[in-house]
Amino acid sequence: MSRMTEGQTSKISLLVLVVIFITLILSFLSIYISIEAFLANDDLSATYFLIVGFIGLSISAYMLSQTRRRIRIAIKPPPIMTTITCEKCGFKNIREFQRGDYIFKEVEDTCPKCKEKMYISAIYREVKEKKEEKWL
Amino acid sequence: MIMTLLLSLISQVGTDWGWILNLLFYVIFIAFIFYGQRIQFYVWLREVEGSLIRLKRLRDEGRRIAVETIKELGKPTEDPSERVDRFLEFFAIEPVSLDPAGVVWKLEHILDVRDTRFKDEVKLMAPAADETQINNLENTLEAALALNIIYKVIRHFYVLGKKTLSLYIIMQLQMLLPLIMREAEAYASALKAFAYGQPIGDGAGALVAAKLMRGYQKRKIAKDVVVATVPIEGRTAYVLKAEGPGGNVGKPGEAIKKLIEENNGQIASIIVIDAALKLEGEKTGEVAEGIGVAIGGPGVEKFKVEETFLKYKVPVNAVIIKEDVGDAISPMRKEIYEAADAAIERIKRVIRERTKEGDTVVIAGIGNTIGIGQ
Repeated sequence: MSRMTEGQTSKISLLVLVVIFITLILSFLSIYISIEAFLANDDLSATYFLIVGFIGLSISAYMLSQTRRRIRIAIKPPPIMTTITCEKCGFKNIREFQRGDYIFKEVEDTCPKCKEKMYISAIYREVKEKKEEKWL
Repeated sequence: MIMTLLLSLISQVGTDWGWILNLLFYVIFIAFIFYGQRIQFYVWLREVEGSLIRLKRLRDEGRRIAVETIKELGKPTEDPSERVDRFLEFFAIEPVSLDPAGVVWKLEHILDVRDTRFKDEVKLMAPAADETQINNLENTLEAALALNIIYKVIRHFYVLGKKTLSLYIIMQLQMLLPLIMREAEAYASALKAFAYGQPIGDGAGALVAAKLMRGYQKRKIAKDVVVATVPIEGRTAYVLKAEGPGGNVGKPGEAIKKLIEENNGQIASIIVIDAALKLEGEKTGEVAEGIGVAIGGPGVEKFKVEETFLKYKVPVNAVIIKEDVGDAISPMRKEIYEAADAAIERIKRVIRERTKEGDTVVIAGIGNTIGIGQ
């Protein structure tokens, strides 16, 4: 049940990847030239190249993040747990959900402690809650 | 090699770079003045397109799960895909409400016909499935149908916005999409829950009733609703819920009405327990208490209870278990399961404080009882 079901991933266009790659190279080149210009005391050129470099880097990072978002399409069913409880002594056994389980179903297994009948007392999924801001 | 070439090329134009960049800046500035909105339009359109692709995948996944589950449980002799596709396009038309008198009964009839039609379709698709499995398959198909509708509506507005180049259509779509996607994801999660018969968050009310009536004699009181007579705090309580463990909501309004009439209106209090939508910031599984009929859905069952309690002047109390829309149709969260015990304590307190010993009360656990027996 908790197995991840992968959806179909979309094909990323080769052209997009080439464009991202070229933009990245040009951006790094621009930053490199800006450093050289800075060392040569040409502050104006250095500033221009630095701005162009960072704009190029931002654009390629944005494009890359967009492509990554497209790749991650998958439905992940959460793990569902079934709690089996002994009618008499209250002994509890937790296992993964199996098809056919339902709350208050009497199961065939007997209690390992007192050999009494057992029933399904709970079926649930656990979710880790994201921490909310304290003042809320 | 290429790097060196590029480097030398850029270095050569390095001296002229300043005015080129200046020119470029002005060109971009002017382009943004005239085409800024258009650029924004295409950015939003791309975002909507991304969500639409995801919605399409969810819709296809829903169809696939529905077909596979039917094949697995129903052992059909022929491929059910075509029937499933027909089912996914099914619609029900609401009755006209120009003259509102009697519209509830018309709506009830339409819903009954729809329900019967759905069950018949599922029986034809899955001849080997038992009653519980038929209910679960019906719920699975309904979730797949909801995903199909969401996808088609969003696609409609996307294509319309693209065709008319209307910024406002695409803007509204882009702004609403986070909420719509949340709902679609919840339906996708519900698909598996329905296919496997797992309890969902909406079943919180049914779970409370099931816990109260366990071990007592049950009888059928209305369509898909069972009731048990349970002694609680020195009072006689009629505890009712939809008949499980198949996916079912039953007709709780009809059942409450019958119980009040059976007792000639001598009911000290009606207590309705249901899952309710929480506000953002509230905790999942929080229990709250109030008055009124806590029954969701199209309003037919709520109407029946309101008509009856008005006739006999019976006080109605409501206990709700809070959860968000995603939790309501996804497998039940631990917090919601644990909230059932807190809700029972609240019910007992209401009974102690609002009724006298020897009184008769009705306790109705509302919600889809999938994965919950009694």
